[in-house]
Amino acid sequence: MIENSATSPLGALRYDVAPESASLAHLRKSYGLFIDGDFTPPESHEQFETINPATGETLATVALADTADVDRAVASARRAYERVWSSTPGTERAKYLYRIARLIQERSRELAVVETLDNGKPIRESRDVDVPLAAAHFFYYAGWADKLEHAGFGAHPRPLGVAGQIIPWNFPLLMAAWKLAPALAAGNTCVLKPAETTPLSALVLAEILQQAGLPEGVVNIITGDATTGAALVEHPGVDKIAFTGSTEVGRLIQERVAATSKRLTLELGGKGANIVFEDAPIDEVIEGIIDGIFFNQGHVCCAGSRLLVQESVADEVLRRLLRRVDQLRVGDPMDKNTDVGAINSLAQLERIRELTDWGEREGATRYTSACALPDKGLWFAPTVFSDVAQSHRIAREEIFGPVLSVLTFRTPEEAVTKANNSKYGLACGVWSEKGSRTLWVAQRLRAGVIWANTYNKFDPTSPFGGVRESGFGREGGRHGLEAYLDV
Amino acid sequence: MSERLEVNKTFKLVVKGAFVRSESGRSYEVRDAAGGFLANVAQASRKDLRDAVVAARAAQGAWWDASAYNRGQVLYRWAEMAESRRDELVDLVGAVEGHKKKDALGHVGRAIDRIVWYAGWTDKVAQVLGGANPVAGPFFNFSQPGPCGVVGVIAPQESSLEGFVNCVAAPLCVGNAVVAVASEQRPTPALALAEMSVTSDFPPGVLNVLSGFGAELMGQLASHGDVDGIDLSGSGDAADELARVAADSIKRVYRERSNDVENPLRRLRTFVETTTVWHTIGQ
Repeated sequence: MIENSATSPLGALRYDVAPESASLAHLRKSYGLFIDGDFTPPESHEQFETINPATGETLATVALADTADVDRAVASARRAYERVWSSTPGTERAKYLYRIARLIQERSRELAVVETLDNGKPIRESRDVDVPLAAAHFFYYAGWADKLEHAGFGAHPRPLGVAGQIIPWNFPLLMAAWKLAPALAAGNTCVLKPAETTPLSALVLAEILQQAGLPEGVVNIITGDATTGAALVEHPGVDKIAFTGSTEVGRLIQERVAATSKRLTLELGGKGANIVFEDAPIDEVIEGIIDGIFFNQGHVCCAGSRLLVQESVADEVLRRLLRRVDQLRVGDPMDKNTDVGAINSLAQLERIRELTDWGEREGATRYTSACALPDKGLWFAPTVFSDVAQSHRIAREEIFGPVLSVLTFRTPEEAVTKANNSKYGLACGVWSEKGSRTLWVAQRLRAGVIWANTYNKFDPTSPFGGVRESGFGREGGRHGLEAYLDV
Repeated sequence: MSERLEVNKTFKLVVKGAFVRSESGRSYEVRDAAGGFLANVAQASRKDLRDAVVAARAAQGAWWDASAYNRGQVLYRWAEMAESRRDELVDLVGAVEGHKKKDALGHVGRAIDRIVWYAGWTDKVAQVLGGANPVAGPFFNFSQPGPCGVVGVIAPQESSLEGFVNCVAAPLCVGNAVVAVASEQRPTPALALAEMSVTSDFPPGVLNVLSGFGAELMGQLASHGDVDGIDLSGSGDAADELARVAADSIKRVYRERSNDVENPLRRLRTFVETTTVWHTIGQ
């Protein structure tokens, strides 16, 4: 039996393991492509394995969609758009989405287990964040389906047609919900391509769509790799591409669709600044910093990966932060007490290692939690770099892992300048008890989302998305409809 | 073998999430469209109405404090409950309104869909009716819609279910508590739907529904000092007088007028208050 331990002013706290049961996942051995309302074998006849990053075990095999499969999926979506969905009244579309939301709620425990097994994120997060937010997203957009004329885009806003949607591995189910719910509410049909390393929750969602009685072809879910995504992007039958992922891939996609009539929205990388002023309540600040960078192993595009602390409180904040980092419980994602789970893939782990090595090489001071890591699986201990300069790679590049870079500032102007010194502009945090200053800073930050005295908060009613190289378009809220309407 | 005898239902008032007979002990007969006996229903007194207002006032705070998402879930739950008892509603609407089954089904379906429509409004009203205001100065200024408080509803006399739903769901979805007087001669569909609300996670007292005589209850509702708004849809010829009475406590009044442009949001907006917040911006 493995015991997690943590030290606190009260001494060592020990936790018994509290594992969730993997058998709740009810996974099939292999999955086909969800096209035209059914799981079908791929034309490519190729399958690939999806593994549990915490153990290295194979969870299931899934189909690899090739260009012929993408053709089939797009054709199915087109048929469904023309024959059924575009003439289905908003009231009826709404009720399908409400059904999907309810079914996600009903199968939430199963979905949380599937998500954690496939992704490596702590079960506490998939259970309390990913799955409930996915259901809430469908609920919210269900309510828009029959109210589009009130959304501020004109009296009769029209859908775009067939949407090709490519989502990342960090929040697999939630990103599927973010993509599908507004698209369907607006009256589009969809071809969704989940990430190569995390296809399973989307396939459970496909079962849910069947249970909801969603007409065949309205949503098609095709698993595969980068070639699948590329085929979808380039398919002439697709009217819109929505992509969430790296800036590198987003740039390629923008280039590929540049000379076409396809609409595009991109939600890309980030290097979020979490700005702490000297008057901020330190206890809450520490928790906010922790949540900002170690939530979901730091596999979060809007992670607060750059901490900007006012000089006068920098020493105290850093001291208390490192003490708190030591208390993070790293390990089995299925343990309900785990704070930081597994790194999703070897490729990602190598990327994190490369950048942290650069952090040391360029002269930053590294602190890594002394926590014990499991023998097998993919892990990276929570790490904090101090003495970071703006020119360091770890201050400029998205690490997408549990690694925080700490910088300091003296004045609000300097905080703003440093925060904006990034090609990205997705999210920032501001910590201060002085509301007027928070708003002053918020007005000057070049970011799509700004959290004040909190971090990593998400809600279906709240628009999310970036500026500059963090992408364009918003997901969530009334604004999220625009991405799927011909307006 | 003799046929099984059916168990007839006693319709009661729905106040504070409970089913009560009138404190007055009175009841009256409800007849079907052909004049046949359908049921005895409680005949609410002015005291029952005042009790309902007290219950509504007590419940309104918790209803508004719940998240908009939560209110939407509760309203949607109400639609689920109504759908699962749709046949009962179809029978009741068919009986009191004199419809064939197919038409009654249409009325009930539209009533349920209307609840769903309003369920979706709970977390969208702020985005459509509220917003940031770019004032000329270093201020962050935003306006947020909220409920006006306790809303009295005199439900339409003809449309026993659809009309009732339109009148109560609009104020409910934006966080008001409601005291509704059902159609006088056709109260049973509304009372049944109110029963279903009790199993839909509404805080008790958020929706109170009375059956009784309009002549006795309407004036009390319009003049009640702790009622913030009133929907006079079912008040017929008494509407002008009731609107004058409502002026005494500066009630928000919803009336259907013959020259109205059809706007499904007008009722909802009538029972919304806008609060504007100014916040300084500066270092």
